[in-house]
Amino acid sequence: MKHIKTLSGNSLNKDLKKVGCGECQTSCQSACKTSCTVANQKCERE
Amino acid sequence: MIHQFRVHNTNIVLDVNSGAVHILDDIASEVLSCFDENGRPIEKELGIIRQKYGEVPVTEALSELETLKSEGLLFSSDPFEDIFSAETTPAVVKALCLHMAHDCNLRCKYCFAGEGNYHSEKSKMPFEVAKKAIDFVIESSGNRRNIEIDFFGGEPLLNLKVIKDTVLYAREKEKSHNKRFRFTITTNGLLLDDETMEYINNTMDNIVLSLDGRREINDAMRIRRDGSGCYEAIVPKFQKMVSIRKDKDYYIRGTFTGNNLDFSEDVLHMAELGFEQLSIEPVVLPDGSGIEIKREHLEIICSEYEKLALKLLKLRKQGKRVNFFHFMLDLEGGPCVAKRLRGCGSGTEYLAVTPQGDLYPCHQFAGIEEFKLGNVFTGIDKQDVVESFRGLNVYTKKSCRDCWAKFYCSGGCAANAWHFQKDLSGNYEIGCELEKKRVECALWLKAQELLG
Ligand code: SF4
Ligand code: SF4
Repeated sequence: MKHIKTLSGNSLNKDLKKVGCGECQTSCQSACKTSCTVANQKCERE
Repeated sequence: MIHQFRVHNTNIVLDVNSGAVHILDDIASEVLSCFDENGRPIEKELGIIRQKYGEVPVTEALSELETLKSEGLLFSSDPFEDIFSAETTPAVVKALCLHMAHDCNLRCKYCFAGEGNYHSEKSKMPFEVAKKAIDFVIESSGNRRNIEIDFFGGEPLLNLKVIKDTVLYAREKEKSHNKRFRFTITTNGLLLDDETMEYINNTMDNIVLSLDGRREINDAMRIRRDGSGCYEAIVPKFQKMVSIRKDKDYYIRGTFTGNNLDFSEDVLHMAELGFEQLSIEPVVLPDGSGIEIKREHLEIICSEYEKLALKLLKLRKQGKRVNFFHFMLDLEGGPCVAKRLRGCGSGTEYLAVTPQGDLYPCHQFAGIEEFKLGNVFTGIDKQDVVESFRGLNVYTKKSCRDCWAKFYCSGGCAANAWHFQKDLSGNYEIGCELEKKRVECALWLKAQELLG
């Protein structure tokens, strides 16, 4: 494309059956804890 | 839904539901501005752009945008709401914040826990309580394998012996129950000596070291009982701690207040001290506190985040490995949608335990009677409160549903919502504005990596 560069494609809407295993870290967003912006967390699914 | 924005002359569009991110030149950006919210170009507005740029480039840009649309990478629909809005989080507890000491050897002016004692008598968690907390989480975590234990305070190192005993106890239980415990600790650093550092380094999966940045900034807030600042004492300790840490996780984390809205200087200062994993967050205090973030600060803070992004980019170009926590964003991998919808898991997956063994939805609710959920010895007795937390996600929260940042923010902090609006499904508006700016800056940094 001439006017547009795609930085990332479809990253959210993947296989929805494979989500929500719940093994990943909890993430607090309050100022007293660091706290991750959720989107930087790792997925633990092996 | 899309979100179109511009940071430092780069036009970026995020397609909210697919997570796709595109960089646009000025023509494509202006053409996209002529689309209505359903993704249809408004002919009348396009006319003006055609006059400005000429027929050919506008038609090109238009067709490129239409291609993205047809590929599901722009104005894509929301496939998640139907699946997840009714669903509540599973009833397992898999993370605990153990308040090892409701006491502190500092008197930080912004501390949400009063002087570390959560507005009650000073106390330390006895081993019996910690042990019971470990039993409780093993039992409550169902078939989840990974369990997190965060040693928190006040200052947890005031109770190091119990921390050590608790870790040993948890390790002992790990195998027989097929669990994996991960430990983290948050410390102000004053009590770090060589032996403690070695212990922490070997035991903790992550350590959070509190420092606000520049000496004068840190020492205006993070003070001892006699009013003296702690910078001098902690910085060398943190440097040593981080040097033995090597590639293991840690963060240097600070808080900025209304007094240092130029906090990018503090982040830079941390980098100059040799730290690489950095985080600094806006203080959350009610109006009238004197150092709170006010609505009228928003513009300055937002441009400060943009400045910070630029400074970080410059450092990286010089080969420095610096990470600012809130600008880290994994565009390809990252957590699944289910996680993004629900966020922190307070009150459900994540609970706080006071030195007395009382259970609260998280550390921020500790001490608020109506949120006392039960006790590690007797279990949870306020199931209704747990239920109200279980129902929280970006679709059930009024403001989040239509917010473009929802899959990055995951609905914000329930404690803030409650403190500011007395409504768990409300939102803390200042926090929202800042979160959105951080996501924009994070995306901008990604764009710069691509553009080289
Ligand atoms: S409710 Fe807020 S303070 Fe509590 S764990 Fe969640 S993000 Fe953190
Ligand atoms: S930024 Fe605010 S409105 Fe948007 S998802 Fe986060 S908490 Fe909700």
